[in-house]
Amino acid sequence: MTTTDVNQELKTQEYLINMGPQHPAAHGVLRLILTIDGEIIRKVDPDLGYIHRSIEKMCERDTYKQIVHLTDRLDYLSSHINNEAVCLAVENALEIEVPERVKYIRTIMAELTRLASHQLWWGVMGMDIGALTAFMYAFRDREMINDIMEETVGARLTMNYSVPGGVMFDIHPDFQRKVKEFIKHFRKALPEYNTLLSENIIFKKRLKGIGYISKEDAVAYGVSGPSARGSGVSCDVRKIHPYSAYDKVEFNEVLIEGGDSYDRYMVRMKEMEESMNIIDQLIDNIPEGDYQVKTSALIKLPKGEFYQKVETARGELGVFIVSDGKKSPYRLKFRSPGFSNLSILDKISRGHKIADLVAIMSSLDFVIPDIDR
Amino acid sequence: MTRTELQSFLTSKIEGLEFGEETTQYLTVTVPKEKLRDLMFLLKDDEELAFDYMFSLTAVDWFPKYFGVVYHLESTKFRHILVVHVNTENREDDISIDTVSDIYPTAHFHEREAYDLMGIIFEGHSDLRRLFLTDDWVGHPLRKDYVDEANMIVK
Repeated sequence: MTTTDVNQELKTQEYLINMGPQHPAAHGVLRLILTIDGEIIRKVDPDLGYIHRSIEKMCERDTYKQIVHLTDRLDYLSSHINNEAVCLAVENALEIEVPERVKYIRTIMAELTRLASHQLWWGVMGMDIGALTAFMYAFRDREMINDIMEETVGARLTMNYSVPGGVMFDIHPDFQRKVKEFIKHFRKALPEYNTLLSENIIFKKRLKGIGYISKEDAVAYGVSGPSARGSGVSCDVRKIHPYSAYDKVEFNEVLIEGGDSYDRYMVRMKEMEESMNIIDQLIDNIPEGDYQVKTSALIKLPKGEFYQKVETARGELGVFIVSDGKKSPYRLKFRSPGFSNLSILDKISRGHKIADLVAIMSSLDFVIPDIDR
Repeated sequence: MTRTELQSFLTSKIEGLEFGEETTQYLTVTVPKEKLRDLMFLLKDDEELAFDYMFSLTAVDWFPKYFGVVYHLESTKFRHILVVHVNTENREDDISIDTVSDIYPTAHFHEREAYDLMGIIFEGHSDLRRLFLTDDWVGHPLRKDYVDEANMIVK
């Protein structure tokens, strides 16, 4: 037989494989049904619900103060920011003005949370791609933030620090000193991150040109957060609809036009610097005053609809409350950033190899409980 | 556009719109379900409106009358926000609403979620399957009359 004959005889066939629900690169239980042709991905069909806890249904039963505690379990790496979202929604609906001190504390906590989240993402991203050392560096530094949290809040991860009307306790006397120590340390450590991974030629080759999202697609698919800013879409809620103390600080919205996985990676690296700048501006200027205003033990929202946007480490979190004037919401919806970001995965993974899918998923920074709710 | 400008502009283009009270957080409009797609095309394509970013789509069970779908739209150019409400005829047999997933691709997933958990049929959706629950699940958990004695704690 000649070569041409062989080619005619060989039949290829697309077939399905399951990636997950237990897969180390998914950081949770996400099942992707891949249609592959050889090693090339033709279609990605996400199957969700393996960690669905019906948080929205539970909210219809609980009081507003109880709901705040459930939000920790959405995106557990942005737990403080999730708490803040519900608190802000309730405060705006009741027209409660919180003290300036609360706004400052919340903003500092939110930025520390964002830093911790980005550190974990950075370490895990390295690990997914095959660079195990990054993980050790990231966890060394993240531990410092967790210790600061533990001292003031009592919890390292699921913080429950915000309550409607303020924060649960005042900051620890050592809080400011320790945060400043951490910032001083991390300003030296961040360049290490860049030498270790960002400029690594193998790492770059795994990410450049992989998983391209155009500016139009990012908006149309509702992609938000660093993933959209890597495509040059200005979407930072902290800038556009400022809340807490974000209107009092100066920071840049990091925008990179490229749109591939490496650009999304670089957005997060630069955002860490911006977060440190924000903390620097606030940490020495926390105003004196109360850390909480009194709210009634059983909060009842007026009839109507309320929406609150905040910027978590992954993008735009929305809390949509429909109230009928009772002690629990009639309907509560969490617009989670991960859910919308996942919807573009199929489109950007087609034509890439399976190993690239792992890189794309890391660059979109999924947290599965945030998607499943 | 400001709130009043938006309201008068939309009233001049599409008939049958009902606007919510002035005190609401965002401008809210209820559209008859036959006009939903006309309105969405207008909102997306008109150069002065340019609502290109749908940041939320959700379903509400207005027990015992009908189901509602709520769309939150924002323009990345002008930064104005509009909330669109649309309701089904009833809660029993006529529970369909036209899809907008071809106009706003992000609605593809959100509509599947609303179908899965609330049971709203989106006419014309290309792939309306359950997203979270298994295919053989009976009922739609976010409905107000859903009962599951084994898994729910009712106060």
